[in-house]
Amino acid sequence: MFHRFANPTRFLRFAAVVQPWIAGLTVLLISAGLYFGLFDSPADYQQGATVRIMYVHVPSAWMALFCYTSLAIACGVALIWKHPLADLAAKATAPIGAGFTFLALVTGSLWGKPMWGAWWVWDARLTSMLVLLFLYLGYMALNNAFDDPARGAKSSSILALVGFVNVPIIKFSVNWWNTLHQPASVVKMGGPSIHASMLTPLLLMGVGFTTYYLWVMLIRIRYEVTNNKIRALQRRQAATGESQI
Amino acid sequence: MPHFTGTDLVCFRGERTVFTGLDFALGAGDALVLRGPNGSGKSSLLRLMAGLSRPLAGAVTWDDESIADNPEAHNLRMHYIGHADPVKPVLTVTENLDFWTLLRSKANDELRQPNGVGEAIKSALARLGIGHLADVPGRFLSAGQKRRVNLARILAAPATLWLLDEPHTALDQAALRSLDDAIAEHRRGGGMVVISSHAQAAPEDADAIDLGQFQERL
Amino acid sequence: MRGFIQIVRRDLHLALRQGMDSLMVVAFFVIAVVLFPFGVGPEPNTLARIAPGVIWVAALLSSMLSLERLFQTDFEDGSLELLALQPVALEITVMAKVSVHWLTTGLPLIIAAPLLAVLMNLPIEGFVPLIIALSLGTPALSLIGAIGAALILGSRRGGILLSLLVLPLYIPVLIFGVSAVDAVIGGFSAKPQLLILSGILVAALPLCPWAGAAAVRQGIE
Repeated sequence: MFHRFANPTRFLRFAAVVQPWIAGLTVLLISAGLYFGLFDSPADYQQGATVRIMYVHVPSAWMALFCYTSLAIACGVALIWKHPLADLAAKATAPIGAGFTFLALVTGSLWGKPMWGAWWVWDARLTSMLVLLFLYLGYMALNNAFDDPARGAKSSSILALVGFVNVPIIKFSVNWWNTLHQPASVVKMGGPSIHASMLTPLLLMGVGFTTYYLWVMLIRIRYEVTNNKIRALQRRQAATGESQI
Repeated sequence: MPHFTGTDLVCFRGERTVFTGLDFALGAGDALVLRGPNGSGKSSLLRLMAGLSRPLAGAVTWDDESIADNPEAHNLRMHYIGHADPVKPVLTVTENLDFWTLLRSKANDELRQPNGVGEAIKSALARLGIGHLADVPGRFLSAGQKRRVNLARILAAPATLWLLDEPHTALDQAALRSLDDAIAEHRRGGGMVVISSHAQAAPEDADAIDLGQFQERL
Repeated sequence: MRGFIQIVRRDLHLALRQGMDSLMVVAFFVIAVVLFPFGVGPEPNTLARIAPGVIWVAALLSSMLSLERLFQTDFEDGSLELLALQPVALEITVMAKVSVHWLTTGLPLIIAAPLLAVLMNLPIEGFVPLIIALSLGTPALSLIGAIGAALILGSRRGGILLSLLVLPLYIPVLIFGVSAVDAVIGGFSAKPQLLILSGILVAALPLCPWAGAAAVRQGIE
């Protein structure tokens, strides 16, 4: 019989096989990235060792955007094809993306203190990140605001797509606002003029963060699947009045 | 001959499968009564029929065309009465009905006549025995009177298919009789009615579906 | 089109009978702006400097406050599902409700804005761009807000949730709205900002009713 929360058995089997490999890869990539970043790359001639914050900050910022894109795609798939796994993937992605966004903000702030002499500067990139964090929080709040999880999933999917359309507009408006109020005094973070010895750890960390995201997402989806099973059992118990657990 | 059918319907609501493998068919003049205990999906089935929600599997069709393909055409041929009676407290009974009837007046010759809407509302109110309430604001109405105003809404603008979710709630004996008369007359004119009800008050010659039979086997 | 006019007429009728709502929005707008001189001090130059931003932020919050009721009352008494079952496209219905929201909140805000601009010591050349920017921006706020108002139907914590959903999406309108006024006061042309605001409005006009209708549909499902 067709059932919406039919056990995604194939997915679970796949996840069980893949998860240890992804976990190993994540540890490997991030350790290598940290080694190259902290020990085997030059300090900046102006910023000194502070520049090494970049190896966490820049990949976090990438991931913040990458996760939001994945979230929007998953929500689109969930709305159009009503694939139950897409709902779970979207729900699993949001807190990870919000975590990366938060990490990007914190490291940006830490980096800003020695560079600008202040913990927070209304720099265009940081400000956009802050707005992105609000978009993530809105998604998660709406997802949790309904008694019926299916209702929350649908509502928040529409919100994620609306937010996704708005991200470029927000980015553009924040850049506009920033250039008006702070005429080009801000040091570029990252940027294309970067030495190869810095690029290696940056890319390693970037890929490592991506596999980390996949790893945690798998864990969270498996958790959601289990959670749905428990709910199904509880519902049955309510219907039949006898315990089956 | 118009026909309204549902085939192999599966309804999923609030984290559970409400019913599965349900079929129904109605032709001109037919009535269908939905029975079953609380939570067996009487309201859910009516909402599927109205197009408010979509079945998880199966199809609801009108003359072999899925109602989801042309929702506005389905809306025009159908009247739905749900649990709530949307009567605005600050508008008079006539003003309330005016709005809903005007939205449907374009497709109806009688309603398009000058003052056609006003006459239709007046006669609908009279048939339900609330002609005297025409100029009373909604906030002064009792539950039963609101229900009658809601029923007057479907009498004022003719439509082929009536979907009535527990229409007998809050009605007194006189109102129940006028509702039965209205349903009988609607069917004589070729209309179709689907009623959910746990009361016995339903047309005697109607088909019945017991939704208890279509529960998911646990 | 007939359906659109009928719904606008009915909602305006309801808004007028229920009175107060529009007045409350304007009252909130005035009070919110009046708080700022208490917060930053009555020095005229300071007030003039922050006037466009303060007026815009207050307008944005006032417009948002009344959003919750956009679909909520119709949702509660069953009118909303009945509206979705009329031979009128739901997108048109949403558009009609947004229009009424703007007529009963956006328009009064625009009318009240010059008075507040005087209180905030806004330079005289800023008045016209403020009104034009509000005229372009407030309809966009109503349109974007309608999506949020539809998404929260039936949720556990409506109002606060709505602000979290909608305010981030309001940021572009705020930035260009304030920037238009600042530009003219600084002696520049406000044309680019006003063009962008028009662009946002033109893009929101078809997209927001469409997304709003999708949100309403799953809200009443």
